[in-house]
Amino acid sequence: METLKKIFNKSSILIPIVSIILGFVVGAIAMLAGGYDPILAYTSLINKLFSTPYNMGEAVRAITPLIFTGLAVSFAFRTGLFNIGVEGQFVMGMTGATIVGVLLDLPWYIHAPLAVITGAVFGGLWAGIAGYLKAKRGVNEVISSIMLNWIALFLSNFIIAKFLVEKGQQKSMPVHESAMVKIDWLIKLTDNARMHWGTVVALICIVVFYFVLWRTKQGYELRAVGHNPDAALYAGMNVNVTMVKSMFISGVFAGLGGVFEILGVFGNQTVMAASPGYGFDGIAVALLGGNTPIGVFLGAILFGGLSYGSAGMSFGAGVPPEVVRIVIGAVIFFVASHGLVKWFLKPFLNKRASKRKEAV
Amino acid sequence: MNVLDIIGQLINTTLVFSTALIFTALGGMYSERSGVVNIGLEGLMVSGAFAAAVATEYAIQAGLGSASPWIGFIAAAIYGTLFALLHAISTITFRADQTVVGVVINILSLGLALYLTKSLYDGSGQTPLLANVFHKVKIPFLSDIPLLGKAIFTAYPTTYIVLAIAVVSYFVLFHTPFGLRLRAVGEHPSSADTVGISVTKYRYIGVLLSGALAGLGGATITLTTTSSFAHNTISGQGFIALAALIFGKWNPLGVVGAAMFFGLAQALRSFAQRFEFSQHIPVEFFYMLPYVLTLIVLAGAVGRSNAPSALGQPYDPAKR
Repeated sequence: METLKKIFNKSSILIPIVSIILGFVVGAIAMLAGGYDPILAYTSLINKLFSTPYNMGEAVRAITPLIFTGLAVSFAFRTGLFNIGVEGQFVMGMTGATIVGVLLDLPWYIHAPLAVITGAVFGGLWAGIAGYLKAKRGVNEVISSIMLNWIALFLSNFIIAKFLVEKGQQKSMPVHESAMVKIDWLIKLTDNARMHWGTVVALICIVVFYFVLWRTKQGYELRAVGHNPDAALYAGMNVNVTMVKSMFISGVFAGLGGVFEILGVFGNQTVMAASPGYGFDGIAVALLGGNTPIGVFLGAILFGGLSYGSAGMSFGAGVPPEVVRIVIGAVIFFVASHGLVKWFLKPFLNKRASKRKEAV
Repeated sequence: MNVLDIIGQLINTTLVFSTALIFTALGGMYSERSGVVNIGLEGLMVSGAFAAAVATEYAIQAGLGSASPWIGFIAAAIYGTLFALLHAISTITFRADQTVVGVVINILSLGLALYLTKSLYDGSGQTPLLANVFHKVKIPFLSDIPLLGKAIFTAYPTTYIVLAIAVVSYFVLFHTPFGLRLRAVGEHPSSADTVGISVTKYRYIGVLLSGALAGLGGATITLTTTSSFAHNTISGQGFIALAALIFGKWNPLGVVGAAMFFGLAQALRSFAQRFEFSQHIPVEFFYMLPYVLTLIVLAGAVGRSNAPSALGQPYDPAKR
């Protein structure tokens, strides 16, 4: 029983795996109910992902922003904050990068880094507002960051429409080539998949995330505040400042995600009716990854891969690609309700436990 | 068109926009008063809007005519309740993180609604336009009053229903044993448990009511404003309702006031072009208005600790 308990704590690997399987089962049931063939659908999904170098490259392209937003959500979680505003910080990151990319004209070795840093700071400051409101005014960060998501969307639309717009279009002028961060040889290698340095930065951020939280004094404080704010306060830590810092760092990750969508993928920013959704998917990624850096990496691969491959499902099996949202939703549902998963597994585990007893 | 007419229309449009918000925010109130955070309101509204569109369509096909929207309205409440049941089971029985499950509800309901829409209507991302939806009802005599008659007493039936529900909710919450117990469970579950109130039961009721009411909120949008369901039918209304709930301090009448305030902000958006001065203000600022105002109000006026004190905490009798 003790070993069972050890296996079945929240951070263990079994719960996510079982949740993923159950998620796929739920998706399959939905497809069967709709009169589709789930096996054909899932096969088409996998075919789509691995069929050509272009698709594999594009899948990596789709996974990259999810690593950023997943890290952003996780970082805040680790410090006891629920950053549901990653969406808005992502959009602000896009906007910061677009402003610098379009308005300035500099040599590439200054232009690109400046655009990246500006976007990251935009994201960080936007998250910092929610952190500040929480620390100074006691405003629930969930509600304030939801509001900030919408404000970011309309503010960005305003900035594009007013200062950056391409005449007669619903998008900004193209970002100068000197600010773009594409990887040309990899693009050639993958038949024009939109590969960019953001993917490399994302991998570096995974390491930075780990290093900051577990290898610095600052990180210790952040985690202590997340774990027990009262105890941290008693220990002489400045809880309020830590909150703002934590949100800022979280927002920087989110902002970077948006930055590379502009500088690596699209090269301009469109006027949007709704935010792009990477922030909300980041919550899913963070949850599945148990808020660990490596877990976020794996979670992003799963969700990015599923989302990208879903186009193949509609192509190969006629299934509406939204079924992937059901799979993703179900997976997080099961991860969140790990009590439910344990309850599902109970009969199976009891059988195994009694067998083991017999063997002994 | 003179100024009075514009004001009258503005009030009328405000009522139309705020009706759905009041439904949803009142739903959220029942859930949060019982101690369960419900940021899945958005998803529950999506569910309601979808269910109303489909059920009304089927009812029209079956030849039910003008009764059809009512069928859709009721179907929305049922479908919303089913979705909320998912929330209740995982957060109350299995003590899952309430905020996380709320996010899941949002993802799942939109995914499922779009998937079903495409499955049911041959890959179309939108349900067919409904031939029968709610029409504005004139209240006899009162609607003849100048200005007020057109502004207030000529409205969709849903508006009258939701205002009635708000008043009843106020009475139920503060003047009945049921309301007392619901609040007790949200404020101090272990004490409530000690005196024999079932925390589980009251929290289930709270969450399921939120599903039914938010479902009706979604249905209101389908059946009065859009006449069909698509991916952007709701887009953020549930979150605004959540803000209205907090702004209205978890009090039914406060919620009505707050929702009307947001409804007004939204109505202003569609009236923006009619006024001379607004030519100089970018339209995006009108879009931002409700959200900026919420932030200011939250930061300035509401402040700390108005929420039910056990909000967000799963109740575990073993940890008492």
